[in-house]
This record gives sequence, structure tokens and C-alpha cells, in this order.
Amino acid sequence: MFVKKSKKSLSEYSTGELVMFRFRKNKLAMFGVILLSIIVITILLAPLISSYDAVVEMNMADRFQSPSAKYLFGTDEFGRDLFARILYGGRISMFASLAVIGIAFVIGAIMGGAAGYLGGRVDTILMRAVDVLMAVPSVLLAMAIITALGNGVWKLIIALAVSQVARFARTVRASVLTLRNVEYVEAARCFGASSLKIILKHILPNGIGPIIVSATITLGQTILSISSMGYLGLGVASPTPEWGTIISENKMNIGTYPYLGLIPGICICLAVMAVNFIGDGLRDAFDPKTKN
Amino acid sequence: MSKEMKDRAQESDNLLEISDLHVQYNTDDAVVHALNGLSLKVKKGAKMGLVGETGAGKTTLALSVLRLLPAGVGEITEGSIIYDGDDLLKQPESFMLGLRGEKISMIFQDPMTSLNPTHTVGDQILEVLDLHFHEMPKEEKNRKVDEILTLVGIPPARKNEFPHQFSGGMKQRIVIAMALVAEPELLLADEPTTALDVTIQAQILELMRDLKEKYNSAVILITHDLGVVAQFCDSVAVVYGGRVVEYGTVEQIYERDKNHPYTAGLFNCIPDLSVKTERLTPIEGRMADPRIVAQGCCFAERCGHCMEICKSKAPSAYEEEGHGILCHLFTTKEGA
Amino acid sequence: MSWLKYTLKRLLMLIPVIICVTFILYVILSFAPGNVAWQILGEDATEEQIAQLEAEMGLDQPLLVRYGKYMLGVCHLDFGTSWFGGEDIAKLFLGRLPFTLLVAVLSILFAVAIGCPLGIGSAIRQYSLMDYGVSFVAMLLTSMPAFWLGTMCQIFFCLTLKWLPVSGVGTWKHYVLPSIILGANTLASMIRMSRTSLLDVIRQDYIRTARAKGASEWKVIMHHAMRNSLIPIVTQIGITFAGVIAGAVVTENIFAIPGVGVLLINAVKARDVPIVMGTVIFVTIIVGIINLVVDIVCALIDPRIDFAS
Repeated sequence: MFVKKSKKSLSEYSTGELVMFRFRKNKLAMFGVILLSIIVITILLAPLISSYDAVVEMNMADRFQSPSAKYLFGTDEFGRDLFARILYGGRISMFASLAVIGIAFVIGAIMGGAAGYLGGRVDTILMRAVDVLMAVPSVLLAMAIITALGNGVWKLIIALAVSQVARFARTVRASVLTLRNVEYVEAARCFGASSLKIILKHILPNGIGPIIVSATITLGQTILSISSMGYLGLGVASPTPEWGTIISENKMNIGTYPYLGLIPGICICLAVMAVNFIGDGLRDAFDPKTKN
Repeated sequence: MSKEMKDRAQESDNLLEISDLHVQYNTDDAVVHALNGLSLKVKKGAKMGLVGETGAGKTTLALSVLRLLPAGVGEITEGSIIYDGDDLLKQPESFMLGLRGEKISMIFQDPMTSLNPTHTVGDQILEVLDLHFHEMPKEEKNRKVDEILTLVGIPPARKNEFPHQFSGGMKQRIVIAMALVAEPELLLADEPTTALDVTIQAQILELMRDLKEKYNSAVILITHDLGVVAQFCDSVAVVYGGRVVEYGTVEQIYERDKNHPYTAGLFNCIPDLSVKTERLTPIEGRMADPRIVAQGCCFAERCGHCMEICKSKAPSAYEEEGHGILCHLFTTKEGA
Repeated sequence: MSWLKYTLKRLLMLIPVIICVTFILYVILSFAPGNVAWQILGEDATEEQIAQLEAEMGLDQPLLVRYGKYMLGVCHLDFGTSWFGGEDIAKLFLGRLPFTLLVAVLSILFAVAIGCPLGIGSAIRQYSLMDYGVSFVAMLLTSMPAFWLGTMCQIFFCLTLKWLPVSGVGTWKHYVLPSIILGANTLASMIRMSRTSLLDVIRQDYIRTARAKGASEWKVIMHHAMRNSLIPIVTQIGITFAGVIAGAVVTENIFAIPGVGVLLINAVKARDVPIVMGTVIFVTIIVGIINLVVDIVCALIDPRIDFAS
């Protein structure tokens, strides 16, 4: 007898199913998903875990308390609960990073999509603009914008988002261009499908892979950028907690009380690493040829 | 290697003897069984055609002989490959290094990607001589490179150019020059003409025939094109599902008197210009899933003559004057 | 001589880009709020004093006129003066540049010297324990914020162990830690890039051809794979350079190196627009030139690249 066919042949899966299948098999990526879920859920539940008062309330009697049951991550020089500060700081760090990616993605997708799909003069003008923006290192561009706008969470978000727009526009345009002339899109056009329908039904689902991958990898870098800006004093200002700001404000005391530096640093590391693992996993899942 | 073995090999005048070769690819998604007990004999100076559809395991066979299966993925699980009296699967890597390129060389399928883009074509041909003929003086090596380039129809003056400066057909000529410059005993030509258009194809085959006459190498021509085999070869092995299902001389097989049902199916796919036919007859079904090893005949699922025994027992060879067919249709008939 | 022509062409192509960049920056920075003259003169300044200073600085003129004047100055290599210190921007920048370049080049050398062998080694021994280890280190280095790594290392190596000076410049010891910290991120990308690149090349058909010729594994890697895998690595070094200059802002800040990064960050905080403007333009030009050098090096490695096209 023939061995009974237990598995579907690979060609019977849809692209999306295959991507999910490969992604789930990637242990590091799944580790990233679990890690990020834990971080995000904890941050979202922050108000249930600790009140915002603990973040800013100074308590000179409890200065420099090492991590204990009462203060999970210890206290800083003003007796503020480091755990509460990291919880609420994480909300700002993560929210700001997502906002940066969201804004950059929307503007970049519109620019890149229009350039790629419409082509011609629109493409030329938009891509020249992108070239110019790409010529300036993105951190420097962000700093120039901060000089103009000043400090603050939203200003920082706008500055970082603008400095990432060019990259997204390029990725989206490349995806659109490779798909614009693919046979099935031409076939759809022959059937008289509208441009919008072609974009939504054919180009978006098939070209989304590299865009998602690029967004995920940029997200990791953005978390780092936001905390760096906070550390340099260009982002979120103390006493509002933010992961970079927390390290910056404790700088002088880390030598004596290492937990003040270690804990927030490890938090940033874990968050970025989780995002990077997911990004790598997605890249391999979307394009198994590049997998090493 | 012992002297007896060497003698025996010379007696049997088989240059290459592959028996019961099993090869599998261990990929992330599944284990793919590429060869499932393939056996093959190649005589010295023979021109053998290895025919089969895509995925039948032809390239895997060639790579197994050279022991160049992708590391970590391709694995030879069973069988033996006896070359000139030595079992290649038991030899150390250093032995294989001396064999590759000097005794056995290979022409790969796609000439566009088979040449190193950052080295000149002359250097790439010269490298074969540098690797295997340490005593040969530099001038003679250069002379040999010029000679082989002239033979394959490339002006030697162009040897300092890079691969991207040549057309596809010319690149294949360079690949052939590289494979033949050491005058190997066995040439594995893996679809050498598939990537080329028909006129170039004829020229390349002509060239290979001339060079074969000159150096008297044995050639295994791997192809899916029965026409190419008829033009070039004197013996044929038909591969299906990682096994040889039929072998014999070109005449024995192309007579179409007795054929394996799969070979018969292949012939039915060629348009016969002498008879008016409305449609060609394709072989029904698809290639069997290589992740699953069939217990019986690997062609049973698609075979029009499939019997009960075909599904449970792998057929043994029915042989008649060197023409072998692995099919129950013939063995049971004879046996009964 | 074709590469000379190519270089000149590329340098000329840089000019319109720089013009556009300056324009965009000028427009962005003109949004800087607050009354500049008032900031300079202090709270006690009278209305007349402010008006007079604004007229002196040309701030009362329309944006395009100011931009035109600025560009005219740039053509004479005059990038204006600092609003608050009054120093000449070009002099200020060029005085700071050597420190930044020194640390940047050292960090890239460090990253290449350590990263490439590690990446190549783990590609050759793919799926080995060493490969996993190296990949993990690379992942760790990409995920670590440089300011944190820098601060922690400074505390540990300089304050606790006292192996290295805490901050400033002077001896070679001052540059050890800043270069390593600045290079940490580049190191990670060098490891990943050289690993990926070599693995990619090893999969190519021509590597199989080389093996079929009878070349040993060592020869295959050194003679056939290395040169081809070098092309993306060199490109990556070029891309990283922009990131390294940006990263210098953080590193110089931690180790108090009087480089461009500190100049920029202080100007951003003080909103000294001419300094920000000048610094960003200078860095953009440097990055543009680095990219040009990278393209030329790539063309020397890869015969398929033709200068004429």
C-alpha cells in the first residue's frame, strides 16, 4: 500500500498560510513574540499594578532602596519607585515608537505608493525629494527638526517620523514597482478593475511583506532612538519617566547603585531584542530564500 | 584500494558503477527523498543519456558522484558509487579533491551563473590546471588554455575578459572548456543545452561530440530531451522517482518495441510528424510527492497498466540483451 | 582615467543635492520659535535694541532673501557665525572634526577587524555552536542602546577598575573606550553582513563549479567566495558611516570628547540655528563623499560595474 498522504503538498498552501507556518516554526521569532507580549501587556496594565503617583512622588526616607519586595526594582535618589517609573516610562517609550512608525508608514506609503503606481513626473519629483532626505543622516535630520520645534514627546515623534519617511517611501515604491507589471495585475487591469481595487486587492497583499519587515526592523531602531534622545535631553524631560531619561537622571548614582542603570538598560535591550527577533523571523518567513 | 579490486574493475570495463543509491535532502519543512535505490553502470568511453523529468533526481545523481551535495542538507544514506575500482563514498575528502576536475568533471546547467563574475575566464580555466598539474610549466598551461579556447570556438585573445562580457552560448563554451581542459575520464553534463536556444544547442552538442572523440572521455548527458539523447548518446537510462526504470542502448529503447510504461509515456509526449494527431498524449497525474517513499513501483500511481502487485512490491529488473526494464508487466509475464 | 571622470561627475551631482538639503533645512529651521534677538540680548533688552539687532542679522527680511544671502555666503565658504558665541561656523566645525573623524575611523576599523572574521567564521561553520554564539552577540549589540553600554562601561572600566581615563582627550587611552562603544553597533552589522554575504555567495552556482574543479574548501572560500562577498560588505561600511557620525553625538557626549557631536547637541539645546545648519550640511557632504569612495571601491572589486554607465 502507499503511505497515506498526511501533509498537504506545499503548493496547496496560500502565501499567507505559508508565511505564518514558517514564522511559527521559527523558535527565536516565537520567543520574540512571547517576550514582546509580556512587555506590552505589563505596560498596558500599569495602572492596575501601580498608581501614577508612585512615579513622581518623592520619598526622601526611602532613597536608594535596593530591589526588594516593597520596591521591586528599588528606588532612586528621590526615593521614587523605579519599577513604577519603568512601567510608565515604558508606556511612553513604546507608544512614541509605535507612533513614529505609524506616522512614517502612512506618509511614506502614500508617497511611495503614488510614486510607484502613477510613475512619470510624480515619481521623478517624489523620488528626488526622497533622495535629498536620504542624503542627510536621519538622526541629524531629526535633531534639526527638534531645534526648530523644541522639546516634548509629540515634537520628538514628529521629528523621528519625518526622518524615517524617506526610507518607507522607498520600500513601498520598490514593492509597488515590482508588482505593478506582474501578470496578475495586468490581467486585473484587463478585466477593467479600478486602480484602487488593484492596489487594495492585488498589490497590497502581495507587496506587504518587505514593508512589514522594514517597519518591524525600524521599530527596534526607533525604540533605541527615542531613549537616546531622552538620554541626551532632547526628548522626554524629567520628571516624566521614559527609559532613556531614567538612565540619564540616575547617571551620577549608577556607580554606587548599579541596579539604577542595569534594570532600565536591560528593559530597553529586551524590548528591542524582542522586536528584532520578530523582524528577523518575519523576513525569513516572507522570503525563505534569504534565510541563512 | 587493493590491486584485485582494480583488476576486477578493469575486467568489467565499467568506469562507473552505482548501486542502490539512496539520497535524501533534509530541509526545514520535510525530508525529501531524491534518490531511492538508483543503480547505473557506465562503460569507459560511453556516451550515456540520463533522461527524466524535472525533479527525477538527475542532478542529484551527478552531484552525488562528485560528493558535492549541498552540505548539511543533502545526505547519501545508502548504496555505493564505484569509480574505477574505488568506492567514492568511502574515500577521504583529499581523494575526492584529486578526482574532481581531473578525472571527473562536470558541466552545470546554467552557464549564466556557473562562472565566477569576478575572475577572468582565462584564469578560471587555468585554475583547473593549477589545481591538478603542479609540475606543468606555466607556459604549457597557458598554451593549453589557448588551445582549449580555440577548440570551443572562443578567440584566445578574449581570455582576459570577464564572464559578463560574453553571451550565454559563449559562456557555455567556456564552461565546457573548463570541464575538458584536464582531459577527464568522465564528463557529467547536466542539461548543458537547456538554457540555450535551439541553434546554439545544436552547435554545443556538435562541439561536445568532437571533444569527446578527441579525448575519449565517457560522457553522462543529463537531459529531459529525448531528441538530444537520440542525437548524441549510444546508451540511455530513464530515471523516474529517484530510480532508473529502464536502461539499454539507444536502439533498444527508441525501437519502442518493449518499453517501461513511463518511457512509453515520454515518447507519447513527442509530436510525431509522420502521423496526423489532434493532441499529444500527456502522462496523467503529477510526479509523486518526493517526501514519501513508495513501497511499490514509484510510477504505479500514474501508470495505465497498474496492477495490485505494483502498489506493494518494487519491481526487479527484467533484462534482455542488456536492455533492462523495471516493471512488473515484464517480470510477471516472463515469470508466469 | 574613467574613474576620475566618474568621480568628478559624482561630485558635481552632489551639488544640487546639497542645495536642496540646505533649502529644506533652512525652511525647517526658520520655524524655530521664540525671538532670537531677545534670546541673545537677554530679558532687559529694549524694543529698539531688539529691532536693531534683527536688522543687523537680517532677520526682518523675507525667508527667500535670507536663504539667497546664506547660499551666497556658502559659495564663499562662509557659513555664518554662531548666534550666541559669535564664532565662525566653518572654523568651529573644522576645529571639532578631527576628534570625531578619529573616533569614527577607529570605531569602524575596530568593527571591521573584529566583525568580518567573526562573521566569516560563523558562515563557514554555519549552525555550529560558534555560529549561534556569534549571532547572539550580534543580536545583543544591535539591541543595546549605545548610551547605556557607554555609561555602564565608563562606570565599570574607568571609575571602578580605573583602567582607562573617564573622559576628555589627550592620550591614546582616551580613545579606546569611545571607539569601542561607537563601534559596537557597527560591529554587529559587520558580523551580520559578512555572515549573510558569504553564505549567500557560497550558495551560488559558481562556487559549486569551483568545488567541481577540485579546489579545496579553503581555496574555494579564499579565492572564489571572499572577493564576491566583499562587495556588499564594503557597501555596508559606507552605509554604516552615516550612522557612525550620528552615533558620535551620543559617544562624545558620554566621554566629553570635544567633537562635532557635542557641538551639535549643545547647539540643538541652545537653538543656535547657524551651528545646527552648518554642522548638518558639513556632515551631509562628508557622508556623500564617503558614499562616492565606497562606490569606487566596489567598482574596483566588481568587474561588472562599469564607470561609463
